Amino acid sequence: MTFTLDGHDIPFEPGQTVVQAALAAGHYIPHLCYHPEFQPHGSCKVCTCTVNGRTATSCTTPASEGLEVASETPEIQEIRRDLVQFLFTEGNHFCPSCEQSGDCMLQAVGYELGVVTGHYNPLFPNRPVDASHPDVLLDTNRCILCELCVRASAQIDGKSIFALSGRGITKHLIVNAESGRLGDTQLATTDKALDVCPVGAILRKRTGFRVPIGRRTYDARPISQVTVEPAK
Amino acid sequence: MLHRGLSEILARHRYEPGRLVQILRDVMQAEGYLSPPTITAVAEALRVPRSQVEGVAGFYAFFATEFRGRYRVLFSDNITDEMQGSGELRRRMLDAFHLELGEVSRDGQVSVGLTACTGLCDQGPAMLVNGRPIARLTPARIGAISALIRGGSPVEQWPDNLFTIDTHVERRDRLLDTVVEPGAALDAAITRGATGTLAELRASELRGRGGAGFSAGQKWTACAAAPGPERYIVCNADEGEPGTFKDRVLLTTHIGQLLEGMTVAAHAVGAQRGFIYLRGEYPFLEPIVEAALAARRGAGLLGRDVRGVRGFDFDIEVHHGAGAYVCGEESALIESLEGKRGIPRNRPPYPVTHGYLGKPTVVNNVETLIAAAQIALHGGAWFRTLGTPKSAGTKILSVSGDVARPGIYEYPFGVTVKQVLADAGAERAQAVQVGGPSGVLLAAHEFGRRIAFEDVPSAGAFMVFDETRDIVRVVDNFARFFAHESCGFCTPCRVGTTLVKHMMGRLTAGEGSRRDLKDLTRVTRLMKSSSQCGLGHTAGNPVVDALEKFKPAFVDRLPSLDVRPVFDLDAALGPAREATGRDDPGAHFGHGEET
Repeated sequence: MTFTLDGHDIPFEPGQTVVQAALAAGHYIPHLCYHPEFQPHGSCKVCTCTVNGRTATSCTTPASEGLEVASETPEIQEIRRDLVQFLFTEGNHFCPSCEQSGDCMLQAVGYELGVVTGHYNPLFPNRPVDASHPDVLLDTNRCILCELCVRASAQIDGKSIFALSGRGITKHLIVNAESGRLGDTQLATTDKALDVCPVGAILRKRTGFRVPIGRRTYDARPISQVTVEPAK
Repeated sequence: MLHRGLSEILARHRYEPGRLVQILRDVMQAEGYLSPPTITAVAEALRVPRSQVEGVAGFYAFFATEFRGRYRVLFSDNITDEMQGSGELRRRMLDAFHLELGEVSRDGQVSVGLTACTGLCDQGPAMLVNGRPIARLTPARIGAISALIRGGSPVEQWPDNLFTIDTHVERRDRLLDTVVEPGAALDAAITRGATGTLAELRASELRGRGGAGFSAGQKWTACAAAPGPERYIVCNADEGEPGTFKDRVLLTTHIGQLLEGMTVAAHAVGAQRGFIYLRGEYPFLEPIVEAALAARRGAGLLGRDVRGVRGFDFDIEVHHGAGAYVCGEESALIESLEGKRGIPRNRPPYPVTHGYLGKPTVVNNVETLIAAAQIALHGGAWFRTLGTPKSAGTKILSVSGDVARPGIYEYPFGVTVKQVLADAGAERAQAVQVGGPSGVLLAAHEFGRRIAFEDVPSAGAFMVFDETRDIVRVVDNFARFFAHESCGFCTPCRVGTTLVKHMMGRLTAGEGSRRDLKDLTRVTRLMKSSSQCGLGHTAGNPVVDALEKFKPAFVDRLPSLDVRPVFDLDAALGPAREATGRDDPGAHFGHGEET
């Protein structure tokens, strides 16, 4: 069974979505809220493609026989660039001073798509930094609301330590404590939720610069290569 | 940790986590806000994570997680309220209590804020006080309300006449005029059999009246065909589109036919339970709906073995919304029914196969279900005799704005905008917003167009703006609405609605730039192409329409700049001027170097 992605035949297994099959076949589609270990929910919209002529998130579109998917068209790449600019505009992202620089998917997808500025007037939201946990720093300035920590904590750790509250532009990450402090939750350093943040919102303390700038995940090769040929 | 009031509320809702939105609504009524310890106590009692309860508490506009005063006043912020003088009345009230918008008075007595359109556009300006609507505001009424707040008497003891809501039906046609005796449509449906009813509904070509216009017959048929024994019928009475109030009137005047339509649907698809998801702004309709439900239970029209048909068990309960326009989207509505944040689901699968609790579910608008009851009684061919080829039957419009006779107008589909304007007494109209902010903004040269799915579709709003109105301000109001109501799930709508709001704010204040005009086009195009649901797809419509049809109104108020700097260099020097006590020309940017 196959569908086409920008003219290439992509084999798929029943149950796979377009992104899953494309990545397995070595074709990169930019994405942020999608993670192979979790059920896709399609909120960041960066994986948007044209599917049989209509725009749709490829992470939530089930692969099916004969589907025609267009990914690297000028129109679709422009949508993705705008979305990444929206995310930079919405939060407080200062790559040069961020310890996640080089390991950050938002930064890497930005480079991949050729995003050089945020374009829109930054919103400069007032968001808190929570250092109350002995081993983990929570800096919501960088949160892109992908819900991966929410999903990991609920589905794998069984704790629901992270959740979202508010709505619209005031939507924000919360933790499972009446005090609102991460240090008052049951978060453990072994939790899956610590390892899924695509940006620098959830960080382990005292490990930030163990790998120096220059030798980080996306420093030498673009995210499109790293994602589909991780072993290289 | 549970105090008595809270445990009574939880017991009333059987400690069901699925009733979380209803529980929090009752706690709000009792305590005025949802304090952190209360959220913890609710979570522990329901045995769900605290973060889940806090997430729901933070989603709905009518839930406050901080103390908002013993009296919480929210002025309806629709453009029609604004046109009826809401701004001046609001200032009057803020002045009376020496408050800023959104601020709580020092003694904790009162706060004054804004809320989205309360569905009282035909009798505005309107407000909510502790959730109870008050219409037809005047300076005198504001004075009386302020005095009652100062005196501290409970809202329940305020004079009844403050809370009366009028029903203005200005033009009736077949839907409003047809009488269905209780049980008559149901008897016809039972005689015809489920398959026959489905066939009749398909033959009627009835399309959903909530906006999307999907075939009701196909919806019911797909639900009936979905596997599994459990099915649900949901009436979407969450009319949140600004300028729409026809469901409020239908629930008042045609509640019996609505319940009949839901029961016919239950019989046709094999459902056991029904819900009415009632707009949070309409608490005054609850007694009407509950009384009608009780009467039908007493008459054997709801409950076990309905109408004596063995095994036909069906009952209906009311769920209340809590201030979230997005819950008018059917999958977000279902999430809310399940006690969650109202986030639209990924589709497919659709609610007809995977709806409430993942079971096959029919979600229909109030007007659709009333039409279905009449079709069950009189047949599909009868229904088809009115309307246009692709739009069978009639449509109920909520007419407001610059008209002599605001209210409800029913017409066969195909009526021209011009005709409606003439009937409602609109003089010198320059624009009509049909279908609300998410619909279409029509300019005068388009008034010959027709209300129908094949021309200008409408969920019912019809807001008229005469020549004295500023279209940029109208669009600015709509932009604020969408930014307030975006659920925030997907990036394009969450960020895009706020960027549009900021750009429209600048343009309205005469501080915009040509770049803002270009960016408005870019952002609205992105929202349309990549958003999760209809809210994001349509949020840019008023901007796009206005830029196309009323461009001079935008260009006229542009300063002669291509780009306006993000920040004002001279203002940035302000703190330094203050610190040094200087205000001479040399302390201002661009003024000290004339030489």
